[in-house]
Amino acid sequence: MSGFRFKPLMLAALMLGIASLPAAAEMIYNRGNSADPESLDPHKTSTIYEAHILRDLFEGLVMQDATSGLIPGVAESWTLSPDGKVYTFKVRSDAKWSNGEPVTADDFVYSFRRLEDPATGAEYASMLYVVKNGEEVNTGKAKPDTLGVRAVDPKTLEITLKSPTPYFLEMLTHQATYPVNKASIDALGAEWVKPGKLVSNGPFTLAEFIPNDHIRLVKNPQFHAAGEVKLDAVNYIPTEDRSTAIKRYEGGELDSNDDLPTEQLADLKAKFGDQVKIGPYLGTYYYAIKTDKAPWTNPKLRRAISLLIDRDFLAEKVWQNSMLPAYSMVPPGIEGYTPAEADYAEMSPLDREDEAKKILAEFGYGPDTPLKLEIRYNTSENHKNTAVAIQEQLKPFGIDVSLINTDTKTHYGLLEQKGNYDFARGGWIADYKDPESFLGISRKASGNNYSNFNDLDFEKLMDEAAGAGGDPKARMQKLAEAEKILVDQLGNMPLLYYSYHSIVSPKLKGWEPNVMDVHPSRFISK
Amino acid sequence: MARYVLRRLLTAIPTLFFIVTLSFFLLRVAPGGPFSQERGLSPEVKANLERVYQLDAPLWRQYLSYLSDLLHGNFGPSYNLPDFTVADLFRVGLPVSIQLGASALLLALIIGSVLGIIAALRQNRGVDYAVVALATAGSTIPTFVIAPLYQLVFALTLAWVPVAGWGGGALINKIGPVLTLALPQIAIVARLMRGSMIEALRANHIRTARSLGLTSFAVVVKHALRGAVLPIISYAGPAAAALLTGSVVVETVFAIPGVGRYFVDAALNRDYTLVMGTVVLIAVFVIVFNLLVDVAYALVDPRVRYE
Repeated sequence: MSGFRFKPLMLAALMLGIASLPAAAEMIYNRGNSADPESLDPHKTSTIYEAHILRDLFEGLVMQDATSGLIPGVAESWTLSPDGKVYTFKVRSDAKWSNGEPVTADDFVYSFRRLEDPATGAEYASMLYVVKNGEEVNTGKAKPDTLGVRAVDPKTLEITLKSPTPYFLEMLTHQATYPVNKASIDALGAEWVKPGKLVSNGPFTLAEFIPNDHIRLVKNPQFHAAGEVKLDAVNYIPTEDRSTAIKRYEGGELDSNDDLPTEQLADLKAKFGDQVKIGPYLGTYYYAIKTDKAPWTNPKLRRAISLLIDRDFLAEKVWQNSMLPAYSMVPPGIEGYTPAEADYAEMSPLDREDEAKKILAEFGYGPDTPLKLEIRYNTSENHKNTAVAIQEQLKPFGIDVSLINTDTKTHYGLLEQKGNYDFARGGWIADYKDPESFLGISRKASGNNYSNFNDLDFEKLMDEAAGAGGDPKARMQKLAEAEKILVDQLGNMPLLYYSYHSIVSPKLKGWEPNVMDVHPSRFISK
Repeated sequence: MARYVLRRLLTAIPTLFFIVTLSFFLLRVAPGGPFSQERGLSPEVKANLERVYQLDAPLWRQYLSYLSDLLHGNFGPSYNLPDFTVADLFRVGLPVSIQLGASALLLALIIGSVLGIIAALRQNRGVDYAVVALATAGSTIPTFVIAPLYQLVFALTLAWVPVAGWGGGALINKIGPVLTLALPQIAIVARLMRGSMIEALRANHIRTARSLGLTSFAVVVKHALRGAVLPIISYAGPAAAALLTGSVVVETVFAIPGVGRYFVDAALNRDYTLVMGTVVLIAVFVIVFNLLVDVAYALVDPRVRYE
């Protein structure tokens, strides 16, 4: 009938239809992360568990993409001076803090100075020791404003290094170099890191932090690439107990976990197939040998022990193939660098045994005159099994191994104080993708030089490598030569290379395997 | 009675002082410190950290500084979780542990007592053996076996409950942890109650009551129970202190944000302030609950009198 009004009726029906549509489901990533962060202040950070969270909250000058490749961050471009010592970074115009204020070069000047300021007590202050006056400021010998960082203008940052440092950009991906908001810290003091108050410049902001329960990050609309971030929220869940973590994953409460109970690896692979992700990780598992204590002062005797250790057995039987046998200190996977392996990597087990027996006999040791060796390790099922396996491997040759197990703090406390030990278990994970990270710890002056290794040729080559900064190929060559000395002299005895072992739901996209095991939530979606 | 309570509270102060002092110095004797770790710190960075956390002062000065802070109610920052003060961590974790512990204790007292009474009344018969067997099983099977079994059966296979997590305190998240905590306690209370009830039922006044024709219910509940409950009260005091401060195993396996795990983790991490915080916490709980137990005794047993 002509009088009847269809239009308002249809409009009403349409509106009713729209109103009854379900609200768009939030995309939430439940991310298992072994442990709670020690601190969300980038300058007080020290563990990789914090690194994952901070990488989502903040953005540094440069960042890593899903495969740990270097990408521009707050700096959209940069140039290097001809002498290789001065970097000039252009700060992007749309870089903003989560409160809407722009991120400027002055933010980085403030942050770097705060990192080096001894009053901050930053564990990773050493990240900027390559910057001019970095070490001097941190040891109280110079004022923070003498640090080689300068804001030429609000959008241009100039960093002056001590000497050419080819891996400097890689170092800038470390979370200690992320910028912090001065106004926020001045106003709130220690409270600035609290949820709801934390001002950050990354893809996410901090919504909740309940210790031992969860940390909730939500998407930051002020982030310059917010359009590309697909997740609405990320829940970082501390999963101390790995068995429970696997059960939670199975029950759908976690979309991924960063660690696996390696003793169950065979079963996990059978049950979850390719959801189990294992691959090389830039880390080395080694025994430090107290090179200044008799009889370990003699490199030949150290070599004899190393020859007798069956690393394949350790990797396969003790670690269920979650680790790989290692004959070099630097693990493979760094572009442009070939690790220097020990010569006996290619020798047959029988040949290795023969040579070892000869060396032992030379020193007067054998099954009737045993050589005493004490191995120290920190509490962990796998460390114990490794040490026990080695004890068994060495016994037939007249080497009497005793084992001492102490908790982690005691273990490292003893090593730091250069206490009394023969062999001590250690591990080193790369802070940045460069061989220097693994070789620097064996330098005479390094606090991590638990072997007290002191070799003039090694020091000379390391110095030469540092000086060859302008020529990457020459530098890598020098580093390889230095590593050869370290490996031959057994300044540390590498046993195994680390691998990452995670479990990842097939629902997740954007989780890419890489040797640094970085998986920024920015590139992940469900 | 009031004078007695007051006296006990006053003697608690020197006790606490002694405990704090002993713990403070024992902790420093343990090798390693909060900053000993795999990635060793350079001496300069270590010196900076020690200055910031006042670990470079002579020990007696650190002690006095800690005492004075404590008297102002300041437990200090956690060394290993510096974003939080020890008080913050307890404020979040203690209510969680108390909720779980109190529920478990209540379950244990009620169910355990009922089972124990039934067993005592039907002594040496089928029901009795069943209760004793259950009690033995409950107190011998460790919590780190019960918890994963619960998760496997009820969470993964039947999918009735979540595997782990606090879930903001949702009831369904509490079932697993509370049951795991309660089971061994039920077992112990049942055995205690059975034993003391059997003992109480032999008393002369019970025989008199029965001979006067009182109902079984009246005999048990109004007369025997009062005597039988004394060992349960003795047990419940320290048990409450332990349960309310959380269980490391249950909290770790069920991923519960309570304070139980701090007792172990803080010590292993040499988080000095957090360890001291947990020591003070448990000392206070034990002192308070022991006092409550003694008061309860006086209320229940008319033969006990305090001056």
